[in-house]
Amino acid sequence: METKGNGNAASGRMVIDSISKSYGMGPLRQKVIQDCSFTLEPGKLTVLIGPSGCGKTTIINLLAGYEEIETGSISIDGKPVKGPGGDRLVVFQETALFPWMTLMQNVTFGPRMRGGRNSREIEGDALSLLQKVGLGDFRDKYPTQLSGGMQRRAELVRALINSPRVMMMDEPFRGLDAMTRELMQEYYIRLFEEHRITNLFVTSEIEEAIFLADRLVIMSYRPAQVRTVMEINLPRPREFSMLTSKEYLQYKKDALEILHEEAMKAFSTGTATCVADFLEAYSEIEEKK
Amino acid sequence: MQIPSAKPKGDAVLAEITNFEAMAFRLKQWIKSPRPYLMVAGLLLFLAVWYMTTELFKLPRFEKLPGPVAVIREWLSEDPSYGISIYVSEYYLHIIKSMMRVFEAFGLATLLGVPLGLFMGWKKVFRDYTFPIDETLRPIPMLAWVPLAILMWPAREAAIVYLTFLAAFFATTLNTLLGVESIDEVYFRAARCLGSKPRHIFFRVVVPGALPYIFTGLQISMGVAWFSLVAGEMLAGEYGLGYLIWNSFVMVQYPIIVIAMVTLGFIGWASSAAIRFVGALLMKWKVREVSP
Ligand SMILES: Nc1ncnc2c1ncn2[C@@H]1O[C@H](COP(=O)(O)OP(=O)(O)O)[C@@H](O)[C@H]1O
Ligand SMILES: [Mg+2]
Repeated sequence: METKGNGNAASGRMVIDSISKSYGMGPLRQKVIQDCSFTLEPGKLTVLIGPSGCGKTTIINLLAGYEEIETGSISIDGKPVKGPGGDRLVVFQETALFPWMTLMQNVTFGPRMRGGRNSREIEGDALSLLQKVGLGDFRDKYPTQLSGGMQRRAELVRALINSPRVMMMDEPFRGLDAMTRELMQEYYIRLFEEHRITNLFVTSEIEEAIFLADRLVIMSYRPAQVRTVMEINLPRPREFSMLTSKEYLQYKKDALEILHEEAMKAFSTGTATCVADFLEAYSEIEEKK
Repeated sequence: MQIPSAKPKGDAVLAEITNFEAMAFRLKQWIKSPRPYLMVAGLLLFLAVWYMTTELFKLPRFEKLPGPVAVIREWLSEDPSYGISIYVSEYYLHIIKSMMRVFEAFGLATLLGVPLGLFMGWKKVFRDYTFPIDETLRPIPMLAWVPLAILMWPAREAAIVYLTFLAAFFATTLNTLLGVESIDEVYFRAARCLGSKPRHIFFRVVVPGALPYIFTGLQISMGVAWFSLVAGEMLAGEYGLGYLIWNSFVMVQYPIIVIAMVTLGFIGWASSAAIRFVGALLMKWKVREVSP
């Protein structure tokens, strides 16, 4: 695909500087995000990980401009972010393909809305991207006629075709079965390594996080703060065979120790809802050792 | 490792079945199932009970009612004793008159109700202006409108169409509004972040997203339109199936009442089916065919 938009490896640096957000009114008011700071480096894949309910989706909504920050600032390439804009594209947690459009109409929606190019050109781009994720034969199907994994891939393409400066993925593979998930990770990492658009990937799965990330941002439990930032120096292109390498296992152990601490903290304050996931994940690695 | 090619694991090959083959298959399955035979049996049972109560045993309370034999004989007679059968042009005049009225009222209700509902759902301010009025007027039974309708429209014809229109209009507007509200916020967000302007969102998200509810609304609207039409025609008509029913009652031509009732049943069913058909054409995406 030609890069016609504004995305390339040199731009798309997003700086998030001590942002905060609260929900609720009066005595029910609760701080969900507190003084959160991290940076998305141009052309790098940053993974945001934290227990469910800690505020990851909230952070995405703030970065995308759907909701307003209370304090702090967000900027892209030096310019402050105000409201939603085409330079940041979100792939939502739940599927957001328009059910009334075919796959092709969905994927070409962004370029058609922005105008300026003829539709044959757009469709050519769309088709080559669809083929890359194995959906070339399904261009005229409607989303309900596709499996969950295929829908997620189509959404990936629908965002990517616009060459945004920053792509944000909110737990995009959640709810897929293990095999489909693995396949999705593979498609995703290949597309990323080819296009090198700045990416923010949100997940609560540690293996997925380390496999994908250049940089891992670990969130604390409520109010969400950045607990640790880990640079993941595994070579690219990433291969599944790395999942057994010594470096990978060390990263995983370090990350899990931090997450475990956070889970225990949440547990002791009695606010934990989904701590079980983390204790389970943690005990898993303990057993493997 | 390579980028997986066109048909990766996990995606079964999609079986291409043509529409015709699928239809033939469904028909075969249907004939094999007990459903068609139960339907015929149910109909026969109904006719039998009707025949026995009215014509065979002439039970008290049923004795005055026309029986199936009398009705069918009259309906199919070339020289009907009460003047209405499938060979008499007046029969079709009544049908056409009723259908025209419903068509006018339903058409007007759709032309006004759908855009109104869409705007009410789309622009909250507009909705806040109109919703309380709509909610208060809607539950008023159509018969309660009769005197006002006659005061407003001294010509009977207009009064009947007006009554029919009102009922259809409220049903259409409300369902369209609900349709817009049923659209998940995530589609608006997706459309906006992909660069849509408000008018794009209206035509590409609001309208298609509300379509399933709109068509549910149109079906309800068609039902209440026939309901109000017959009520109106009974009170003030000169032609039409409602008028025919009432007039035959007054003139003691009982078999005609049943002929007109059954005719109403068939036309009502056909108009509903027509709406479903158009809906299915416009909403191909609702049909979930062979899924991989
Ligand atoms: N619009 C909202 N109003 C009130 N509370 C909210 C809202 N959105 C999220 N929250 C609360 O903020 C917390 C973080 O939610 P979320 O960002 O969805 O977490 P995550 O994506 O990490 O699972 C949750 O406890 C949730 O109940
Ligand atoms: Mg979330």
